[in-house]
Amino acid sequence: MKQSYFDSMKNREKVLKAVNFILLCFGSLLFLSPLWWMISTSLKTMKEVMSFPPTFFPKEWNWDNYIKTWEAAPFDLYTINTVTITILVVVGQVLVNSFVAYGFAKIPFKGREVLFAIVLSTMMIPGFVTLIPQYVLFANLGWLNTYYPLVVPAFFGSAFNIFLLRQFYMTVPNEMIEAARMEGASHFYIWRKIGIPLTKPALATVAIFSFNGAWNDFLGPLLYVNDENLYTLQLGLQVFKGEMSTQWNYLMAGSLIVLLPVILLFFFFQKYFIKGINLQSGGK
Amino acid sequence: MAKLILKNINKQYDKAVNTNAVTDFNLQVKDGEFIVLVGPSGCGKSTMLRMIAGLEEITSGEFYLDGKLMNDVPPSNRNISMVFQNYALYPHMTVYDNMAFGLKIRKTNKKEIDRRVREAAEILGLQDLLNRKPKALSGGQKQRVALGRAIVREAELFLMDEPLSNLDAKLRFQMRAEIAKLHQRLGTTSIYVTHDQTEAMTMASRIVIMKDGVIQQVGTPKEVYDFPENVFVGGFIGSPSMNFFNGEIVDGRFISEGFDMKVPDEKLAMLKAMGYVNKKVVMGIRPEHIELQNGEVGACYELLRAKIIVSELTGSDMLLYSSIGPQEFIAQVGSRTIVSPGEEVLLGFEMDRAHFFDFESGKRIKAYDSKQLADAPEKAYAAEPVLRYV
Repeated sequence: MKQSYFDSMKNREKVLKAVNFILLCFGSLLFLSPLWWMISTSLKTMKEVMSFPPTFFPKEWNWDNYIKTWEAAPFDLYTINTVTITILVVVGQVLVNSFVAYGFAKIPFKGREVLFAIVLSTMMIPGFVTLIPQYVLFANLGWLNTYYPLVVPAFFGSAFNIFLLRQFYMTVPNEMIEAARMEGASHFYIWRKIGIPLTKPALATVAIFSFNGAWNDFLGPLLYVNDENLYTLQLGLQVFKGEMSTQWNYLMAGSLIVLLPVILLFFFFQKYFIKGINLQSGGK
Repeated sequence: MAKLILKNINKQYDKAVNTNAVTDFNLQVKDGEFIVLVGPSGCGKSTMLRMIAGLEEITSGEFYLDGKLMNDVPPSNRNISMVFQNYALYPHMTVYDNMAFGLKIRKTNKKEIDRRVREAAEILGLQDLLNRKPKALSGGQKQRVALGRAIVREAELFLMDEPLSNLDAKLRFQMRAEIAKLHQRLGTTSIYVTHDQTEAMTMASRIVIMKDGVIQQVGTPKEVYDFPENVFVGGFIGSPSMNFFNGEIVDGRFISEGFDMKVPDEKLAMLKAMGYVNKKVVMGIRPEHIELQNGEVGACYELLRAKIIVSELTGSDMLLYSSIGPQEFIAQVGSRTIVSPGEEVLLGFEMDRAHFFDFESGKRIKAYDSKQLADAPEKAYAAEPVLRYV
């Protein structure tokens, strides 16, 4: 039987799909291998970690490494500390940046464009340039060894997040804001009742970014926090790094535990990235 | 319920450019009137509406609402409600919440909100849709919700900015009647902006025709249709448009390129009085005042031989695109007429209904001056020749 044009097209598609699948599998294995290395190391004994040639799978699966890790330092306390900082930072970033972005996008005022350009230009300054002046500033404020240096800046906006949210607000039709104004709403009310619900996907993005930043922050706490009772998880992990030797198996186990919420969060919020809200005022 | 006074209103977007979006706009709106601002796009009608709403600043001039100067009152304190062209519904709220939004801001009590929303929903036939989100509504339904949102507030003044432009023709027709009905029922003073002269003619108590930011004429639909102030209004109001012919008044006749015809005595007297003898004028006549003749001729008709270029059946009428020499025009005749393109026919021009316009200024030539019209319009119109309605 002679093959029709459509049959040959279908076969071609099948082959292409198979090739794609194999390539993607290979790629994901490549990207997963460091994670596997972490998991595998976390379950080995210290002797096996150091053995040569290295083993890909642990000879013995030492699950109690995780319990030992958790008990090696007051990780319960560190978790509470980290969670506190992270929540405050996320709340600050989401609310303040959203509010500022609403203003830049929807309230016309003199010098708005110039001001926005100045805000954006702060993105050009590398963080390390301001590190020492900032330290001096916080030291003068008497904020060393407190969480203020870690939390308060989050309530003063960040250029990138403002930019991101402003772009999102630009897609909200002006008429919608004007309609609300006509109905007697203040800008604050409109931001709260219309702005926030309509920019949820962008807010979720900002929340995830700032969660990640705060949760994984090592330099901030290292600089500003000395009291062991104020340590965060990232600082806590340092107990396994001795001056002579590092307990790699415990460090990896601890790192995995600390990493877990971040991974879970990504799974949970993924739909917000995809979904998006139709902003055409209920249009098509 | 509200009275509006708009006094010498100007709007200038860019002071450097020195062109006005609206120039010297003067209008008094009586309580309960339905005013339609109409004009081609870019004529400043929407800008005017947005200044009344408070969404645009008034560059100069005064706007009074019920005797109170409103220039610097923020939109939220004006007690004006507005319907937008793209509906501007809040997509994340249900129909009910959309309508209740303004009342909630005003801290109206829950029972009262519920009563008003349900009442508005009943008037607009939205009872079954109250729990839906705007996304699940058709264009006509969204427009109804937008109207509902405007009426629950029981504001003093309704503003509508091309509310029907996004609807298809049939729905537009339907909603037009519904808005008119709503206005009759509520009696709220309304200002409606459109570029569609049919909407203006059918809905307005008075029409304001604008061009390039300047009012061309204000009047009832009948006034602007029967007595257009200038060539622009004559051409803009009415569909198909008025036919215009350039020519000269010589020896009691209107001489144009390719034809000439007698000017009725009354009109001639008026033209003579105003000094237009042997001067260039523009003659305007509506398509429905040109009729196909077959023998019997009414007294006021001037007969001319014309060639049919194309005939167009609209259903109830037929439009004859005709020409006399180099000049083309449209005649609107009965649908039962049978003519074929290229055919020569005898057309009767009902000259009593024709208008003469100044060639330079485009203004309609009339016996009275505009001051008289402003002071006593009834008297001024009485001076117009009596029309013969056939």
